[in-house]
Amino acid sequence: MSAVVENPERTVEPTERRPARLAELFLLILALAAGISAFAMVGRSVTGELPADFWAVSLVLTGISVAAHVVLRLRAPWADQVILPAVVLLNGLGLAMILRLQLADTQGADAWAQMMYTALGAVIAILLVWFLRDHRWIRRLTYTAMLVGLGLVVLPLLPVIGREINGARIWVNIAGFSLQPAEFAKIAFAIFFAGYLVTNRDTLALAGKKVLGLQLPRIRDLGPIIIVWAASLAVLVFERDLGTSLLFFGLFVAMLYLATERFSWVLIGLVLFAAGALVAASVFPHVGARMDVWLHPFDNELYNAVGGSYQIVQGTFALAAGGLFGTGWGEGYPYLVPYAFSDFIYSSLGEELGLTGLLAILLTYLLIVQRGLRTAIAVRDGFGKLLAGGLAFVMALQLFVVVGGITRIIPLTGLTLPFMAQGGSSLLANWIVIALLLRISDNARRPSALPVRGTIAQGGAMHDPIVVGAHDGTTPGGGVPVRRPAADAPSRGSTPSHPTEAITPHRDDPRGTTGGEHL
Amino acid sequence: MNTTLRRLASVVMVMFLALMVSTTWIQFFHADELNSDTRNIRSIYAEYGRARGPIVVGGEAVALSKPVDDEFGYQREYADGKLYSPLTGFFSLANGTFAIEHAENDYLNGQADALWVDRLQNMLTGRDPEGSSVELTVDPKAQQAAWDGLGDQRGAVVALDPKTGAILALVSKPSYDPNDLASHSTKEAGEAYTKLLNADGNPLKSNATADAYPPGSTFKLITTAAALESGDYTPDTVIDAPPSYTLTGTSTPVGNFAGTSCASAGKMTLADALRISCNTAFLGLAGDLGADAMDEQAEKFGYGDKFQIPFSTAASVYDQDPDSMSTAQVELSGIGQGSVIATPLQVAMVSAAIANGGEVMEPYSVDTVRDPQLEVVRETSPTSLGRAVSEKTAGQLTEMMKSVVESGSGTSAQISGVQVAGKTGTAQHGADTSKTDPHVWFTGFAPADDPQVAVAVVVEDGGDLGGQATGGSVSAPIAKAVMEAVLNG
Repeated sequence: MSAVVENPERTVEPTERRPARLAELFLLILALAAGISAFAMVGRSVTGELPADFWAVSLVLTGISVAAHVVLRLRAPWADQVILPAVVLLNGLGLAMILRLQLADTQGADAWAQMMYTALGAVIAILLVWFLRDHRWIRRLTYTAMLVGLGLVVLPLLPVIGREINGARIWVNIAGFSLQPAEFAKIAFAIFFAGYLVTNRDTLALAGKKVLGLQLPRIRDLGPIIIVWAASLAVLVFERDLGTSLLFFGLFVAMLYLATERFSWVLIGLVLFAAGALVAASVFPHVGARMDVWLHPFDNELYNAVGGSYQIVQGTFALAAGGLFGTGWGEGYPYLVPYAFSDFIYSSLGEELGLTGLLAILLTYLLIVQRGLRTAIAVRDGFGKLLAGGLAFVMALQLFVVVGGITRIIPLTGLTLPFMAQGGSSLLANWIVIALLLRISDNARRPSALPVRGTIAQGGAMHDPIVVGAHDGTTPGGGVPVRRPAADAPSRGSTPSHPTEAITPHRDDPRGTTGGEHL
Repeated sequence: MNTTLRRLASVVMVMFLALMVSTTWIQFFHADELNSDTRNIRSIYAEYGRARGPIVVGGEAVALSKPVDDEFGYQREYADGKLYSPLTGFFSLANGTFAIEHAENDYLNGQADALWVDRLQNMLTGRDPEGSSVELTVDPKAQQAAWDGLGDQRGAVVALDPKTGAILALVSKPSYDPNDLASHSTKEAGEAYTKLLNADGNPLKSNATADAYPPGSTFKLITTAAALESGDYTPDTVIDAPPSYTLTGTSTPVGNFAGTSCASAGKMTLADALRISCNTAFLGLAGDLGADAMDEQAEKFGYGDKFQIPFSTAASVYDQDPDSMSTAQVELSGIGQGSVIATPLQVAMVSAAIANGGEVMEPYSVDTVRDPQLEVVRETSPTSLGRAVSEKTAGQLTEMMKSVVESGSGTSAQISGVQVAGKTGTAQHGADTSKTDPHVWFTGFAPADDPQVAVAVVVEDGGDLGGQATGGSVSAPIAKAVMEAVLNG
């Protein structure tokens, strides 16, 4: 917790003192202790000695924690202090489980690769925090992000590089490296939606008729939502990936709701998706089969069928075997479940750490998500609000889809548990998400109205990215309409990057003539 | 946007709450049920990491866990697997546990409540936990004699100590080798299991305890017991024994074996009727006694009950609904046909009860359980299931059964120097009895004056002799061999 920001809803209390980030340091020590002791325990249990990679993984985890902490101190001192320790904890526990499975000779478990990707992800996140001084700079990438996102989505469908693994065509293979582009696409889409919606929110919210108390949007404004809906269904149908399609669509609907404050969009979105999914379930056999497995996993015929319910039933057994307190690190049989180290790491953790451990893990995720949403509430610009809200929500949604799939709230899909499941794409993408959230939270909490040497009065010579943003819609691809690119923003120590709340110090994104809240 | 952000935060809370509830549901509320699902091999996996106790017969281990260098640490091995599998069952990674391996699992793996002192010692001394050994009541010579006697024929042999109910021999053919199922390769073990499931004669199902056959003329012992117990009959009571008997209310005539007539006068004593196994006499006798008396007598001998020996056996059945039996059905039941079915174990228990002066002893196969330090942690004491017939009736039945072996249908069970009591049976079965060969039975005990062993033998479809087979010709010699094996110690 920041000692500085008492109530992030209001404009921050001005202070000159930079937070020492001691809370983060303390929490990091706890997270590292949990992770490193887990590395030791899995070795003691499985082989009776410290694992060969013990020092390497411990040093890497400690190294990235220290590096990230130092960089945050230097470059984003006001950033949220809980997010990083929470991520280190999850990443460490995930690494420990993968190491444990590797020690038990589980085919496919590769703790070394996971460690390398953890390091790489953390380094990218650190660089992002270092070089991206203001999240609003990203807004110029709005339409670039859309193209990148759509490109990433279709990538697995391309011949040669596209790979179909376990029935889902969501992989690409480039130069020997497997990638799950959807993990990165979700970030691109969040950026696109944030930029697009902050520009068009009024049209979407206000134009159109009111029917049965619902403000319906105009047909022509439905264009973008139809495109995304079609893209989600395309993912569902052609890549056979219910999870990713649900993720994209949920992200868009949530951000649309955030931006327009119109519940009608949510309703339209849900109805469209449900209809699409129902049609897909009845028309495409593989979607229908997934439904059967979801509804009757313990049916013996489905259990024994190829592509049947064997995996989810075994995962459920693993969870049950864990009970309240789990078997302890290295004492269970998590490797009996196919993909115990990636898609089903949740059940592996459940078996060895028990319900207690899983609830702690869920709460840690909840902490990250709620901190992200809090950042969204606190940050002053509409783009930042939408981006932080979207990124936080997409993590919550991903967790819901993964854990909900394993615990049978919804049909099982192939998404990964952020930071824990083995997989480079997922790790890199989620570390990037964390970097963005940290950057936005620094902006949200940074004291802004300080009279700093060399600055002029409010509303003075500083650029106003919001006004600039209003032109973004007319310059697809991001252009360079910005008078003063944020990359050139004043360096550390001065604060003139937040002039906007001086003009409208209350909650929302002021948009000149139309700005403010419309309820 | 802050209003909607806060609402979104609430939605996120609800989503997480749902995940916590679903996880708790599986890990806490549903865990027991999931843990006991037969497809959940975790418990077996855990047990492969322990030194499982042996199953011992006559001082030799017939099931033993040997240390091996694989992911489990121990491999279960069965000496003479096929010979003992109806008792030992199997301990299989891929297929679960069965029979004694299942029923005595807590002792074999050392997790039984009674073994807590051992576990505490292991914990304090750092000794690796070891399971207890389970010692069976089986007499290895009798078991081998039964196995050899059946040869390649299908069927079952059960031998009991009539005074205690201890199982001295229990053989079922066709049998299976539990070593095939104990393989740590789930693929091999699974394939072996599937093969056994589809094999001719269902080797996984013990003919001795899990299969019930029509008991045929061996059931005449119960009919006779019911008659004597009614007080209206003695062994010398003369009853009708016509050449052919038309079942009441039907036009179905039932004759005697090979169409012979029992007595030229059409009448004979009850003792003679049992000695030569006269069908027509017992049809009428059962009809006179009625369903209630017959059913009650059968239940006193154990019909209708499942026994835990310690694994559960099938129940023998006199009739599913005795109250609504027609007279014809009651008459048929008198010769062990119609609705009557019995396990070989039950048939042996009838002889054992008669040998034991009318008192039925609960059958059991586990004698003692010893912990790794060879201290006895459990010992089975013989338990009475109650009296089936009076001592007087038991004595009369014994005399009649002696004459069956001396000069009746069971002469090939005679043992020189020992008085043997017995009864043969040749049971028709199948929808069209003319197309299937009969199951042939022998049950009896020896020595008649001081019974040491009671036995039941069934050979399916007449065995090697097929349609020519009788209980006397095929089953009696096997019973004789088993009884000799016990008596000669």
